[in-house]
Amino acid sequence: MILDGKCPSGPLPEMWDRHRKEMKLVNPANKRKYRIAVVGTGLAGASAAATLGELGYNVDAFFYQDSARRAHSIAAQGGINAAKNYPNDGDSVARLFHDTIKGGDFRAREANVYRLAMVSNSIIDQCVAQGVPFARDYAGYLDNRSFGGAQVSRTFYARGQTGQQLLIGAYSALSRQVKAGTVALHPRSEMLDLVIVNGEAKGITVRNMVNGRLECHTADAVCLCTGGYTNVFYLSTNAMGSNVTAAYRAYKKGAFFANPCYTQIHPTCIPVTGDHQSKLTLMSESLRNDGRVWVPRIKGDRRSPGEIPEDERDYYLERKYPAFGNLAPRDISSRAAKEVCDESRGVGPGGRGVYLDFADSINRLGIDKVRERYGNLFDMYEKIADENAYRQPMRIYPAPHYAMGGLWVDYNLQSNIPGLFVLGEANFSDHGANRLGASALMQGLADGYYIIPYTIAGYLAGTKPGVVGTGHPEFIRSVEECEGTIRKLLSINGKRTANEFHRELGGLMWEHVGMARSHEGLTSVLKRIPELRAEFWENVRVPGGEADLNQELEKAGRVADFLEFAELMARDALHREESCGGHFRVEYQMPDGEAKRDDEQFCYVAGWEFKGAGTAPELHKEPLKFDNVPLAVRSYK
Amino acid sequence: MDLTLYVWRQSGPGAKGRLEEIEARGITADMSFLEMLDVVNEGLIKTGREPIAFDHDCREGICGMCSQVINGVPHGPQEKTTVCQLHMRRFKDGDRIYIEPWRARAFPVIKDLIVDRSALDRIVQAGGYVSVHTGGVPDANAVLVPKADADTAMDAAECIGCGACVAACPNGSAMLFTAAKVAHLAALPQGRAEAARRVCMMTEAMLKEGFGSCSNHYECQAACPKGIKVKFIAKLNREFIKAQFSKKSE
Repeated sequence: MILDGKCPSGPLPEMWDRHRKEMKLVNPANKRKYRIAVVGTGLAGASAAATLGELGYNVDAFFYQDSARRAHSIAAQGGINAAKNYPNDGDSVARLFHDTIKGGDFRAREANVYRLAMVSNSIIDQCVAQGVPFARDYAGYLDNRSFGGAQVSRTFYARGQTGQQLLIGAYSALSRQVKAGTVALHPRSEMLDLVIVNGEAKGITVRNMVNGRLECHTADAVCLCTGGYTNVFYLSTNAMGSNVTAAYRAYKKGAFFANPCYTQIHPTCIPVTGDHQSKLTLMSESLRNDGRVWVPRIKGDRRSPGEIPEDERDYYLERKYPAFGNLAPRDISSRAAKEVCDESRGVGPGGRGVYLDFADSINRLGIDKVRERYGNLFDMYEKIADENAYRQPMRIYPAPHYAMGGLWVDYNLQSNIPGLFVLGEANFSDHGANRLGASALMQGLADGYYIIPYTIAGYLAGTKPGVVGTGHPEFIRSVEECEGTIRKLLSINGKRTANEFHRELGGLMWEHVGMARSHEGLTSVLKRIPELRAEFWENVRVPGGEADLNQELEKAGRVADFLEFAELMARDALHREESCGGHFRVEYQMPDGEAKRDDEQFCYVAGWEFKGAGTAPELHKEPLKFDNVPLAVRSYK
Repeated sequence: MDLTLYVWRQSGPGAKGRLEEIEARGITADMSFLEMLDVVNEGLIKTGREPIAFDHDCREGICGMCSQVINGVPHGPQEKTTVCQLHMRRFKDGDRIYIEPWRARAFPVIKDLIVDRSALDRIVQAGGYVSVHTGGVPDANAVLVPKADADTAMDAAECIGCGACVAACPNGSAMLFTAAKVAHLAALPQGRAEAARRVCMMTEAMLKEGFGSCSNHYECQAACPKGIKVKFIAKLNREFIKAQFSKKSE
């Protein structure tokens, strides 16, 4: 099947306005008759739930944390992009669009990205109106800084806690709607299934994590805003609870999964210290504004950084990418770090690290200025690594961070299942094969505040509200299925914990489906994953009962889904015989080691359709057309 | 290092809890406190015992989910640090560590170290926002905010809503939490219009939820992992008194 993104025709700058004019509306008095389920309360989910509530829809918001304010968007540090051009440095909607398409290595959909760039400015206006305390200059105007993959300063920030402040903004808008009675919150609730009636999404099944009860929730439309899946690597910058379950269960119910192999490995994270480690901590990319990345020129140089003279240091990003220097895009910076470590020039325990050095900036700006800009990040680094980055360079190494892939959606953010919408990181649409820094927050809020409120009306206007009740056979079947899985997990009573399986899976994925992928490695991992999965279902040990708060049961359910999803991811990586953005196949590289795309054969979105357990999924393609940014070799030199 | 833990175990909201002695062996200095508990839990599962239930998520000190009282101190011994960012290099071989949940009337225990903090959400729902609809707002630079005011707002807005301030307070008061939100929005022109109404609504909600009053112990500031200052409570009080004189708008 050829997938149709349903992009409006005509010139890019006019598409969204015309589409909004042509879409159907729901009468204000009728909105309250519709019920919308929003799963996840990160930037996409909270902004969507709040805005839909403001419009008068009945919204149910589900999240696994105890409060909607804790979703992992809160951990985003650096900033949010917008094409405001406040610094007068040449920015525009067209340039933000161009940078994002190029940054994504020509694997994103032009129409979506242009719309994203268009609404970016409204997001900043909205957030300021909500009271988001963005950084300002002494005259009271908003301040900007630079991020990777751009030569303009278009990033708005709130110290090193931009994600937190934006999420609190969306959470407060959501709280206001709770008081207004339009939004009902469902904390500590985990979505376990999507319920489809006559081919349309009509609700979800969730597990109440406090008492273990399975609950059915009907809806006239479902919005999945459930984030990314990089915890498939076990160690990642994601929160411990971040998972693929909601998206994967939707996939098993027929939603196509697009480009699962596009994962972002973030270049600046604190290196791994040992086997007991549970997560990796990001150090904001904004640090690369003022930090210089280097390793020793000599292999195996064990001297402390201060003893290595200037001419024996290799500032490899500045050397290889003089135009962008330390602000080269994430995929490129991560691979460059891996390369120098593979050459035995890495630093720190195990040689898996590079220096991020602030000495020059401290000399140039003074320690106070550096502290003002990055103080909280330096503090966090010291807590974890026990080193003072004002005195010696930080040690950093790449870590899994973000999923560009996700459920397939059209221009309306609707999946191939009518009534199922997917927003934010959980969809695939805007970042292609690599996301630029400070663009995730932009996309999450764009989808939630400015896109879904229009496009969901287009769907609901043609739908009769409230026709399916929880007594429908599909809901009963869904609950029985979820119950069956839970009882099976509890009955195995094997020898290994869910965490041990997760760690082993993560190790395999990092080794073979991480920063460098090969035909050989992918083939071997595709053999190994089903074996590990089979062992899991025979040998996992899940203590406790079903009718209780049972964190091991929650974890086991998520790991079970990762064990299936990992195979899909490896399969997608194997089929894509090219290198692009975060997907690097060692067989396909330029003589200088840069990613070698194959636009003849792979200029498409890969949408995978579930065909039953044990059967290979079917590949559907959405061809990508680049009418506005000519397909070109990406260069940051 | 080897440690002896005394962990609060409670099977459910109504159940009677107790401190259970649990050995933690082979702990290394570079583990975080929660990674130490992960190791302990793996051991408990393998020996057929029930693992310790505790809240946690981001493990980088920002989501506010982790909530443990360690040796009598919310978030443990390190200043301005959440439990998830506390590392075992702060402890030594042979230490006895007492681990308890947040204790406050407004935070009932759900299980072991997990408590119900939804009362904090309800305080925000009462008025912790600027009442602005999506769309129809002026350009972001149309209203200037003096840098000092923006910085004050940010200092207050750093609150992660973990509730350590409540757990630390002898009165179980949520004044620091409420004050941080009131002060954040009151410092900005965007939040000024509703300042009087907001402080009244939020204070009322706080009292209704069963939180105690502030009697200036300052334990909250000492326990706050984000270093939110008690000066914001003074700000809350000023805003509250001001609001009593501007009731005409009601």
